[in-house]
Amino acid sequence: MNTFLLTVGIALCVLAILVLYRVVFGPGVFNRIAAISAIGTKTLIILLIFGFFYGRVEMFIDISLVYALLNFIGCVAAAKYLEMERER
Amino acid sequence: MMEMLQTIIAAVLILGGLFFFATATIGLLRFPDFFSRLHATGKGDTLAVTLSLLGLAVYEGFSLTGIKILVIAVFMFLAQPTATHAISRAGIRCKLKPWMKGDERK
Repeated sequence: MNTFLLTVGIALCVLAILVLYRVVFGPGVFNRIAAISAIGTKTLIILLIFGFFYGRVEMFIDISLVYALLNFIGCVAAAKYLEMERER
Repeated sequence: MMEMLQTIIAAVLILGGLFFFATATIGLLRFPDFFSRLHATGKGDTLAVTLSLLGLAVYEGFSLTGIKILVIAVFMFLAQPTATHAISRAGIRCKLKPWMKGDERK
């Protein structure tokens, strides 16, 4: 099971690096925000998987929970900011 | 026996999550404009995160950590569509045009 978890973690890292293309070259700020949100979602799972891999999941789970909250709040805050910016 | 069944169910759920992560990533990279990209990541990532977290919770078993993983799963299941909706509404308000057939890819 450890090998399986390591494989899934590495595959998720590769997917996150692929999404980084959209962050760097994506036309406009909205594509970038969507891609950063997708990367944050993948990072959440990667953190948990490496917690299981190192056998210390009760420490990594709190980091993962905070990461989920920050990802959501950052995404909504950026969207609200862009909306307000446009209306002024 | 029970241990093995738990591991197999967890592996199947995590592989399903990985599959949906892959499809969401391909959609984000290949679709022609912002709204269709959100269509790919909004739904694909939500399903993938829920499946992966359920698989990890099954692998952990019934404990405080397992219940915390389930809490994260419920939170992500509510938060991810909300965030997607917020970004797409901001896009509409900023007058981004949806892609039509025959337009060039942005």
